[in-house]
Amino acid sequence: MQDFSSAFGLAFSLIIHADADLIEIIGLSLRVSLSAVLFAALIGFPLGAALAVTRFPGQQVLTVMLNSLMGLPPVVVGLLVYMALSRAGPLGWLNLLYTPGAMVVAQAILVTPIIAALTRQIIEDMHKEYDEQFRSLCIPTHRVITALIWDARYSLLTVTLAGFGRAIAEVGAVIIVGGNIDHLTRVMTTAIALETSKGDLALALALGFILLVLALSINAGVYGLRSSAKRLAYA
Amino acid sequence: MKSLTRKFLIAVSLAILGVTSAIAAESIVVQSTTSTQNSGLYGYLLPMFKKDTGITVNVVAVGTGQAIKNAKNCDGDVLFVHAKPSEEKFVAEGYGVSRSDVMYNDFIFVGPPADPAGIAGGKNAVEALEKIAASKAKFASRGDNSGTHKKEKALWKQAGIDPTAGSGGWYLETGSGMGATLNAAVGSGAYTMTDRATWISFKNKGDYSIQVEGDDILFNQYGIILVNPDKCPAVKVEPANKFIDWVLSKRGQAAIASYKLGGQQLFFPNAPMM
Amino acid sequence: MPDACSPAVTSRVESLLPLEVVGLSYFAGGEKLLDDINLTIESAGISVIMGPNGAGKSLFLRLVHGMLTPGCGEIRWRRKSLDLAVRRHQALVFQKPVLMRRSVAANLDFVLKPRGGDYRQRRDQLLRQAGLSAQRDRPARLLSGGEQQKLALARALSTEPLVLMLDEPCASIDAASTLQIEDRLLQVRKRGVKILLVTHDIGQARRLADDVVFMHNGRVLEYSTAPEFFEAPSSPEAKAYLEGRIVI
Repeated sequence: MQDFSSAFGLAFSLIIHADADLIEIIGLSLRVSLSAVLFAALIGFPLGAALAVTRFPGQQVLTVMLNSLMGLPPVVVGLLVYMALSRAGPLGWLNLLYTPGAMVVAQAILVTPIIAALTRQIIEDMHKEYDEQFRSLCIPTHRVITALIWDARYSLLTVTLAGFGRAIAEVGAVIIVGGNIDHLTRVMTTAIALETSKGDLALALALGFILLVLALSINAGVYGLRSSAKRLAYA
Repeated sequence: MKSLTRKFLIAVSLAILGVTSAIAAESIVVQSTTSTQNSGLYGYLLPMFKKDTGITVNVVAVGTGQAIKNAKNCDGDVLFVHAKPSEEKFVAEGYGVSRSDVMYNDFIFVGPPADPAGIAGGKNAVEALEKIAASKAKFASRGDNSGTHKKEKALWKQAGIDPTAGSGGWYLETGSGMGATLNAAVGSGAYTMTDRATWISFKNKGDYSIQVEGDDILFNQYGIILVNPDKCPAVKVEPANKFIDWVLSKRGQAAIASYKLGGQQLFFPNAPMM
Repeated sequence: MPDACSPAVTSRVESLLPLEVVGLSYFAGGEKLLDDINLTIESAGISVIMGPNGAGKSLFLRLVHGMLTPGCGEIRWRRKSLDLAVRRHQALVFQKPVLMRRSVAANLDFVLKPRGGDYRQRRDQLLRQAGLSAQRDRPARLLSGGEQQKLALARALSTEPLVLMLDEPCASIDAASTLQIEDRLLQVRKRGVKILLVTHDIGQARRLADDVVFMHNGRVLEYSTAPEFFEAPSSPEAKAYLEGRIVI
């Protein structure tokens, strides 16, 4: 319990004094996870939308596979990406291991199925609504997909947020492919793991609080955006 | 909409560049054990080294077993661990160029004030383990092929005891780093063996104290090895050698000796005279 | 493949008539919903399709628009089969307008932009004709029912169809909007567009129809000019319907 109360105070003072290391770690966490989510969205949105709109044999199977990939364990992803990016592995020549780039790759792999599967569900629902009208207007499939993605933009924002939440909170993948190197690949979650292993539970908790506050603020922002979107009947 | 797309793409590229732009300055990767990291030694030494040479040292602190495996995969330039037999094997098999002693400290046994096995104040490590096994008192092991774990296994062997028979019962194999194992030990009232540096810098000691120390057998030697460029062409030989030479030099050794925590010296330099 | 909706192609196709329906039947859920329909519509103007609920009017419209596949029988427009090239010259206004989650203007731009040319000018003109200029930048789904339907009609007209089909367009909107839509239909008719209008509003049918198709229980019972139909319907079901009686 003593750790708990000292954690609050510690978190506060770290923020107030704009601790340089803390700022660096937060900055890297955001850059890595936001980049990962960006790539995941670039792949996941059209993938999910195409799956929702087109008909082909094996579609059910692919959908089920995608939904189950949502539960990929981060540490497994980390291990696989490590083996791929290792000098002993096929992509070692990229020199990505132990850089933030590797962390982005690992988190992108983790988040893409989530974004694709949720996008598929959202677009499928919207497609049911628009399908008759689009068919009457003879809209070609590729335009249907882009139109649905744009019209679903606010719901897809929530999907992106879900992906971001997964990315910023995971530690298993980034610690293996990033190496938790000081001033290079140390993010909030790996810093928490490190401080815990040093027995500095108060500091670990403090970092945890800050991470929570960060996630909460982003969520609140998106919620506000969605509320105004609903008022305009855009959501 | 077109200008929006363009702005978006620019933002994306900047984000990518910002994230993947590696440090332009020279850098090497050191695969290391965790005690040198957790005790703060690297935080003390590396800035000094950088000032002297301009080289950034990126430490991947994962525990000896994983560090050795990573080095065999060519994912590092230097190996810096504390498991002499494994290190010598690493060199013998051609993965490393040569091995040098760097510094030493010692292992200690820590335990709860209740001391169920009655080992407190003892000066004999093997005897302590015999008492623990006999009373089936809880003991937390690294269980992860680290230098510490290998030393622990060697001690059990000398005692002629196989503790894994009690695995999951009184013998708790955490499969984790020293810090996590200490957390588990303190949290479950178990004894454990740790290196002194990690213990001194550990912040979650609870009511634990050092119960066995000073046995010669608990000597803990650290060694440094250059990863073999013949096996791993990507090794940055020049900066890596600069690091190794610096650590073994008078300056580096003096720096190691001067690192203190709470007034206590954590590592004792013992590199062979150049 | 050339865009069938580009002006160059449109000028080659002047009309989709005649509409020839031969032996058309449609089944769903084990039931026969349309039963052996034979019909030829050759004349220009507004053809109103009338009948009690469940007669199969909406179904018929969707079939001649190519949205559903017949169980048996054939549908031919200008003596050719119903393919994508033909469908591009048709437009259908649904009973409940499905507007996109964008502004009023953006809804029209979505259809106009890919056709090239000065889409903004065309869009503003359509909005003016629909009386929606003031709503140009409002979210389309915030419009009233009547305004939404006027927008849906404008969107249908933006494709410059040769055949405009409407499925009970004024069923759930206010009288003022109904009047505006009817005026618009009469304008469109003057420009030579063929209109197929499904309605259960007898008054609206009287106001707009040039000829009438009367359907009942999945069959076409009558097809005659409007004056003929309203003054002297030949089938007892049509008579009963016009008198406001329910016929099973």
